[in-house]
Amino acid sequence: MRYLFKTRYEQDLRIARQPSDLFWYGLLLAVMVVFPIVAGEFYVGEVAGVLIFAVAGVGLMLLTGYTGLVSLGHAAFLGIGAYTNAVLLAQGVPFAITLPTSFVVTALAGIAIGVPTLRMSGLYLAIATLAFGSIIGNVFSKWNSVTGGFDGFPVQTPTILGFRIQGANGIYYTSLVVLIFVLWLAANILRSPLGRAMVAIRDSEISAQSMGIHLAKYKTIAFALSAGITGLAGALFAHYVRHLAPDAFDILLSIQFVTIVFIGGLGSIHGAIFGAIFVRLLPQAIAIVRDDLPFGIGRMPGLEPSLFGLFLVLFILFEPGGLYGRWLKLKQYFRSFPMYKGSTFKRQKAYAKSERLR
Amino acid sequence: MSYFEAKSIAVRFGGIRAVDDVSFDVNKGEVFCIIGPNGAGKTTIFNLISRIYNVTDGKLVFDGQDFTKMPAHRIAGLGIARTFQNIELFANASVLQNLLIGRHTHAQANLLAQLCFLPSTRRAEIGHREKVEDVIDFLELQRYRDTLIANLPYGVRKIVELGRALCTEPKILLLDEPSSGLNAEETEVMGFWIEDIQKDLGITVIMVEHDMSLVTAVANRVMALNYGKVLAMGTPAEVQRDPEVIRAYLGGDP
Repeated sequence: MRYLFKTRYEQDLRIARQPSDLFWYGLLLAVMVVFPIVAGEFYVGEVAGVLIFAVAGVGLMLLTGYTGLVSLGHAAFLGIGAYTNAVLLAQGVPFAITLPTSFVVTALAGIAIGVPTLRMSGLYLAIATLAFGSIIGNVFSKWNSVTGGFDGFPVQTPTILGFRIQGANGIYYTSLVVLIFVLWLAANILRSPLGRAMVAIRDSEISAQSMGIHLAKYKTIAFALSAGITGLAGALFAHYVRHLAPDAFDILLSIQFVTIVFIGGLGSIHGAIFGAIFVRLLPQAIAIVRDDLPFGIGRMPGLEPSLFGLFLVLFILFEPGGLYGRWLKLKQYFRSFPMYKGSTFKRQKAYAKSERLR
Repeated sequence: MSYFEAKSIAVRFGGIRAVDDVSFDVNKGEVFCIIGPNGAGKTTIFNLISRIYNVTDGKLVFDGQDFTKMPAHRIAGLGIARTFQNIELFANASVLQNLLIGRHTHAQANLLAQLCFLPSTRRAEIGHREKVEDVIDFLELQRYRDTLIANLPYGVRKIVELGRALCTEPKILLLDEPSSGLNAEETEVMGFWIEDIQKDLGITVIMVEHDMSLVTAVANRVMALNYGKVLAMGTPAEVQRDPEVIRAYLGGDP
């Protein structure tokens, strides 16, 4: 066992809780920076996809994992970010402006869906956001003059500070920078009063209210930030796919995002990253074993979505903490070896709950 | 003019008058206790004061300010904090985080400063932490500081919830059945905390309580309710002797 001796309150506000964290995250960053130099283009492209989904995952994690609001419409936010970025670039606006603009426009869209659904939660909110997603999907395919409809919209190669961001390496490094920025943003949110208010709303609305938290205000902020971050991911996604098609932003993509936060582990930023890795690598893994599966299972349509569904159900049933929860247990096992108790992580059931007053 | 005043407040849910024409006033620095059989409307009065329910009739005045129509999230800022009968803590957060949420009314920094975690936010956070540590010291919660609420025993959770209310720096503290779920020893300790809160911190306490030993130990005045109406008001001894109160609790000829 190792204990951290704290002498100043400042220590609890640091992003790196202990010096060794700084070392390990530094090493990870170094590996990430060197990776494209040693790996082939295909792998760089795949990891860039993971990074983009991780950005969107962090966005949805803030909403679902920390504020407790489910959204089945995040593909629409990704789409809004992607189209905003692509359309503005086509107008000749520089990338340094279109990227933040996609954040702002998508955040505004988040407010537009957040405000009317303030009183909803759980299933009802999921249905409302699902409807929102399908409305936006229709807008993408029908608004020919702006989005090009089903013909799609070609995305121009962006330039920043004179560098052309092209190929797998370009999108990889851009995504890495954006992801680091978003992680920094999320860490700041979580250690400030804003993040605490979000967690309070998730755990008990009624007592959050009696602690002076303005529910409507903070839910709207959570929606805006979550949508905005997903919009950033959308802007990157536009360059990743290079040609926008309206049917890319459908319900299946939204469910992939939900899968990221649930399988990664609700209520942890690490979880968003783990979930993104899982969701992006599962199709690859399926592709590798597809031909070796018996009875022609590999050629059945809908194999991928059904496997996503299966994993989602299995995780919710057997590991609600997600991949990150599993990782914590593993760490705890080795840290307290040979004294590890299975019951350490057993969840208590709360039987007595106040009237919910909804 | 009294410190806190409820002027003939009433609330109706459909045809049921949960609270009917109840008036009471609380003096600064006293412990005021509301007792009554189950369903008498005690917790409903708390929910009216914390503005979770709307008052159908009547007025609520605190320190000369009418807050009958004020939105619920502004009540804490007014200086009225509360605890809940069945504990409404943030279960997936540590004790420290729970107490820090109590500081919310004092943490209205601007959003952009929080997103960038500017030095001003950092200083403010350290300031809040100092205040929270004062409460931790006061309630002797040091050893639980980093424990998740879900892993705490019930008795400690009660104290944490009390601490969270204290972190808002309230002028009036509403305690909804502070002894429910506690054993005799823990109830006695709770009594000492309430006394300390009244005497050392100078906070006015309004509490709902069933345990008469706790009521007689800490309350300055008691109000007895039944079916949403006031039965008796006075010192604990007076109320306990009141024939109406005895009839409400033990039954008897109508």
